[in-house]
Amino acid sequence: MPRELFERKIKQIQDEILLLGSMVEQATLDATAAFKNRDIPTSITLVEEDQMINDKRFAIENAILIQMATQQPLAHDLRLLASMLIVTNELERMGDYAKGIAKNTIRLANREIPTPVRDIEKMAELGVSMLHKALSAFIKEDIKVAVSIPKEDDEVDTLFNKCYQSIVNNMIANSKIIDDSSLLLWIVHDLERFSDRVVNICERTVFIKSGEMLEMSSNDDETE
Amino acid sequence: MKEELSNSTIISAKNLSVSYGSQEAFHGITLDIPRNKIVAIIGPSGCGKSTLIRCFNRMNDLVPSAKVSGDVFYNGQNIYGPNVDAVQVRRQIGMVFQKPNPFPKSIYENISFGAKVNNYQGNMDELVEKSLKQAALWDEVKDDLTKSGLALSGGQQQRLCIARALATEPEVILMDEPASALDPIATLKIEELMQELKEQYTIIIVTHNMQQASRASDLTAFISLDRTRVDDRVGVLVEYDLTEKIFIKPAEKETEDYISGRFG
Repeated sequence: MPRELFERKIKQIQDEILLLGSMVEQATLDATAAFKNRDIPTSITLVEEDQMINDKRFAIENAILIQMATQQPLAHDLRLLASMLIVTNELERMGDYAKGIAKNTIRLANREIPTPVRDIEKMAELGVSMLHKALSAFIKEDIKVAVSIPKEDDEVDTLFNKCYQSIVNNMIANSKIIDDSSLLLWIVHDLERFSDRVVNICERTVFIKSGEMLEMSSNDDETE
Repeated sequence: MKEELSNSTIISAKNLSVSYGSQEAFHGITLDIPRNKIVAIIGPSGCGKSTLIRCFNRMNDLVPSAKVSGDVFYNGQNIYGPNVDAVQVRRQIGMVFQKPNPFPKSIYENISFGAKVNNYQGNMDELVEKSLKQAALWDEVKDDLTKSGLALSGGQQQRLCIARALATEPEVILMDEPASALDPIATLKIEELMQELKEQYTIIIVTHNMQQASRASDLTAFISLDRTRVDDRVGVLVEYDLTEKIFIKPAEKETEDYISGRFG
């Protein structure tokens, strides 16, 4: 096998992607906890720390481009590097959702409004668990796991609709909380988009392994 | 195989095998070359790539020990048929070699020589100019066509050889690693030229350079050694498809291993 050096470099990049993934997972869980506890100092820190996620993304992107430029990857190698580039971008955007949650927590401050806290927490937990599985399937190129993950997104979508209804109903019942409650809508939207992007990662796993560009998203809502 | 392959075939090899003495070079190759396309032939050394394209214009006739079996159809006619003139075939299917090999004569004579031999009746000056223009060499040499072909740079010499091949007004040009002795700029010039030439000609190129095959060709054929024959080295066609398919998602594991540098 004459491409050991190249394969070692790819392995290093994969490790960095896993690291970026765990940073995003942690940021999402921390942002959700800080929201639940209205922990403003932690939320401020999380907003600042998003920069670390962005920096890591650029470092990974650069490492991928160097391999593309110097190793002339083809076939599986090409599909793998192109997919890693896309997945890195997905992870960075998911980091932005965590930052979005933290920002809205800061805006909400300590004002009391009716909040579906448990369901929001559940959305975050589900999304993070999906991401964890999706990234490990991505690295292992495990199509079976990758195609099984999108159905979990349906559960997130169900929770999203439930939260959305409850937040809107509360707004209708009490117009004084509309401003603050709209911040909650942003938070549930961020979490819903988070798991949509996990599905995008799963699509890339299928592409690496099979060369097929498969649309796996279960809902048609691709708005930001 | 694919729509693009079936649409107007110019050369068709059917169950083609070549041996040199008792040693088979390649075995049972069947493939269709579509008109006005660039077809790259890739594969490891010694798998019979050059031998294959030499069958397409009967260049192998010049090797006494070479024995060809199977058929090669050019515009539907079997070029190995009984009444076929091999010289006529080579006029229609020209060849450019790895090392530029201009005649030790002037640029003008390099182009006009073949035409003279063929009793060309038209205007020789026009033929020389047209051929040099088609080979993207005219602007660089027009001021002194009496200069020796050997005084040109390697890249220019190769384009002169292409112009020389074009001057016999062929339909197909076979190129056997035409850029392997050239620097990257001269190589890219040849590749650009190929894109222009395919409007009028069909090009079959043997190359060791995977990037060249992926940049320059429409279709790629991967020839490799027959794994079932451990004792000797015999080429077989492993995969033949659109170039983008071969380089992004080849169907065969063997192709994948070869193009991504993990071969043997």
